[in-house]
Amino acid sequence: MTFNALIVFALGYVLALFVIAFIAERRAAKGHSNWLTSPWIYTLSLSIYCTAWTFYGAVGYAARSGLEFVTIYLGPSLVMVGWWWVLRRLVRIGRAQRITSIADLVSSRFGKSTQLGMIVTVISVIAATPYIALQLQSVTLSFAVFAQSEGVSWDQPDFTATAMWVAVGLAVFTIIFGTRNLDANERHHGVVIAIAVEAVVKLLALIAVGVFVVWGIAGGPGEMLTRIDQSEMVLWNGNSGRWISLIFLSGAAFLCLPRMFQVLVVENADERHLHIASWAFPLYLFLISLFVVPIAVIGLDLLPAGSNPDLFVLTVPLSEGRGGLAVLSFLGGFSSATSMVIVATIALATMVSNHIVVPIWLSFQVNQQVVMSGDVRSVILMSRRLSVAGILALGFLYYRMSGGGTALAAIGLISFTGAVQILPAMIGGIFWRGATGVGAAAGLLTGLVIWMWTLFLPSFGTDAFISQTLMDEGMFGWSWLRPQALFWVEGLDPLVHGILWSMLLNSAMFIFCSLVTFPAPLERLQGAQFVNVFDHSNAAPAWTGAATGAEDLLIMSQRILGSTEAQAIFEQEAVRQGKAGHLPDVTPEFVERLERDLAGSVGAATAHAMMEQMIGGSSVSVEDLIAVADEAAQILEYSNRLESKSQEQERTARALRAANDKLTALSIQKDAFLSQISHELRTPMTSIRSFSDILRDGEMAENDHGRYAGIIHDEAVRLTRLLDDLLDLSVLENGQVELHKQTGRLSELLDRAVRAAGLHDGVLAISRDGATEDLVLTTDLDRLAQVFINLISNARKYCDADAPHLQISVIKDGERYAIDFIDNGSGIAAENQELIFEKFSRVADGSKAGGAGLGLAICREVMHRLGGEISYVPRKEGAAFRVHLPKVKSAVALEET
Amino acid sequence: MTGPSKTPVFLQRASYRQRRLRDGAKLVPFLGIILWLIPLAWQNEGAGERVGSWGVLYVFGVWVLLIVLAAALSSRLRSDASISDQGTSEE
Repeated sequence: MTFNALIVFALGYVLALFVIAFIAERRAAKGHSNWLTSPWIYTLSLSIYCTAWTFYGAVGYAARSGLEFVTIYLGPSLVMVGWWWVLRRLVRIGRAQRITSIADLVSSRFGKSTQLGMIVTVISVIAATPYIALQLQSVTLSFAVFAQSEGVSWDQPDFTATAMWVAVGLAVFTIIFGTRNLDANERHHGVVIAIAVEAVVKLLALIAVGVFVVWGIAGGPGEMLTRIDQSEMVLWNGNSGRWISLIFLSGAAFLCLPRMFQVLVVENADERHLHIASWAFPLYLFLISLFVVPIAVIGLDLLPAGSNPDLFVLTVPLSEGRGGLAVLSFLGGFSSATSMVIVATIALATMVSNHIVVPIWLSFQVNQQVVMSGDVRSVILMSRRLSVAGILALGFLYYRMSGGGTALAAIGLISFTGAVQILPAMIGGIFWRGATGVGAAAGLLTGLVIWMWTLFLPSFGTDAFISQTLMDEGMFGWSWLRPQALFWVEGLDPLVHGILWSMLLNSAMFIFCSLVTFPAPLERLQGAQFVNVFDHSNAAPAWTGAATGAEDLLIMSQRILGSTEAQAIFEQEAVRQGKAGHLPDVTPEFVERLERDLAGSVGAATAHAMMEQMIGGSSVSVEDLIAVADEAAQILEYSNRLESKSQEQERTARALRAANDKLTALSIQKDAFLSQISHELRTPMTSIRSFSDILRDGEMAENDHGRYAGIIHDEAVRLTRLLDDLLDLSVLENGQVELHKQTGRLSELLDRAVRAAGLHDGVLAISRDGATEDLVLTTDLDRLAQVFINLISNARKYCDADAPHLQISVIKDGERYAIDFIDNGSGIAAENQELIFEKFSRVADGSKAGGAGLGLAICREVMHRLGGEISYVPRKEGAAFRVHLPKVKSAVALEET
Repeated sequence: MTGPSKTPVFLQRASYRQRRLRDGAKLVPFLGIILWLIPLAWQNEGAGERVGSWGVLYVFGVWVLLIVLAAALSSRLRSDASISDQGTSEE
């Protein structure tokens, strides 16, 4: 293929990319963005990490340092497989806070600070410029290779002109697709699709060259491995410091490079894409680097000594006469360079416009009254376009200045080190609430200075910025300030030395200054939101009072977003608030949301500053933060109270259930009592009625007449007794009984009871012990006698012994006296012992005894009222009742009174 | 403000599995770091055997292992981080 054909081919490729990007933008604008936002596109877009420097340079790196080249890919692989640690958090924060760039992330985290945004932007631009120059050099060199294959040897002006045209072309593409609109969420579908296509092209190109080398030249994997073993190439250089540092550096740069942040976080449409990308992107890196060693080995074998190993990917196919493969490989390199430059310039232009141009422009806008719709927007867009051009121009100038020599090749890693200075502020900001803006600024500036001194300035070559004397003797002749031996640490690899000191001192300053300073309220608020991004906690509103009208806010929003988009947002909010008109109420929530929308376009710091101008500085104060914390505490307390209340209700419910059970049982008991009592009343009534019927009819003998009348009388007496008992019991149970206290001797009381019990038939023999009965009692003696009578007559009625005998004895039980009534009958069965004191409980046959079964129940109530008790004492033989007397003073004491 | 924690102490089987998968996913990079630091012990100088193609195979083999592990874990991890953890401010 001729050189001119190659140029046409490259232009055709670029045109195809334009078309693809254009179609993607159109589809996204129409809302058909399904496949545009798939996890595979996301994964492929991450491949801008693999720039032309890695596409061409990896082989050269391998040829020079062996396996060390792979460290550049190992770091990102580790970061990706460890996505749960950092990436997931970054993406979530990016979405929650509408982050537009890494500078915006740092600025937003530390209180939407304009200064921090500027610092990060400056670091990023300085670090990226050489890297962009490197891409221009790669493309230029690859063109030169084709020119040389035609026998045309390029001079310096040819290189320069090519680099310039490449830069111009890239600027045009980037401006068209990267800065066409000012999105509320800052995504670039066209660009993302274009770089995804380029990712496929560069992967295919490298694999094609690799397959050709392994199978076409070496003759298979086995032979390839043998050739690797035989090669002169040193695979392992044993430099462990570089191995560790470079894995760390590449992993950190993967997070901190503005272009990587752009595709990882800003362009991320869905957090779930990380699931696929977490393994698919390491796979991509694996495939990209799989054939690097074989290509390097074969290149060293085939090509004459002294040929540039950085271009083996091109020169190996060319030397084998595979022009087509070389063109594919050229396209791969071209893709790598262009996609990186496009995304890097977009990311940097966003940062420059949002964090440098707009804040400065706003500070010059003294008269805020003279504003027009979209003026900020046009300033931003214009500044972005100029920034794109400016950044590419910087890269081009750097390329010119450095002369495009081999010095440039070494600068890739130095550029990485510069970008990585943002790492402590970023990681500290998202994991540590105590990180402060002062600390971040101190760390960033320290890192920047050390990086410049130890790596960046020396990279221009001796005597360009730093003279040999300075290198040897240090600044001001202080030997501890030598650029490659800070603090007298000598003998380290310069790169490892630079990484080590810049990261150490950067982190140390960041941590120390964070510890000793106090953050502003907004900073604390943002810190809490960033660190606790997964807690779904309600953030404190950053705006308390909103002393402005909706019209003013609309005018300001129109300045940034343009009238159509701004009005759409306001109408949406009006609908949300349920208002009929176009203008919503200015609530703190709305102001918050609007600020976030604006931040998606101009960055958090600018959006906040503009909002502050409108609303008059009524932003969040320490008191507000404390109030919010109090509110949270109150809510917590309230919920705790609710919880305890519900526990209390549960307890009450349990008590109620228990009470209900008791009531049910009582109701059953009452029914049983009623049916029992009706039965007891019915029996005598029945006989009274029947005998009185007979009497009324007459016609009977005289003695029958008398007998029937006698029966009626007995039954009436029994009925009366039953009713008396019932009345007595009810009086006792209701506690309405009146006690008539008297004082008397126990022996006399017992005499009276024995007499009253009706023992005149002489059936029951009673034995007593007069001596122990000599006690004086003060209580209701009549009632107590009633109990004794009941017990004695029970013994008479129920004692089934042949010679019934009742033993009445007084015993002293502690301080109290008890009287036992023990007969010699068969006693009461164990299962009935519990029941005998219940109403209507009759153990024996009722007809025999003729009682209603209320006697013992009355006894128990009486004893209860008197303050004593009655109980049944289980014994081997005979029934034994024990009556505990109420507590009495000793007889002696009583006599003294 | 020591209210009762929102997260239960014991979880359903499925949530428990999710948590352990998450733990596994977090450990993968450390496994990678350890395995990729092993080359530091390789000797190149002196009479010892020179690092040859087996060195390349080792580094790339670890890579494949990590990719397979990450793929197996991330496909089983539910995307919704809030399932059972919340509170998980950070586990």
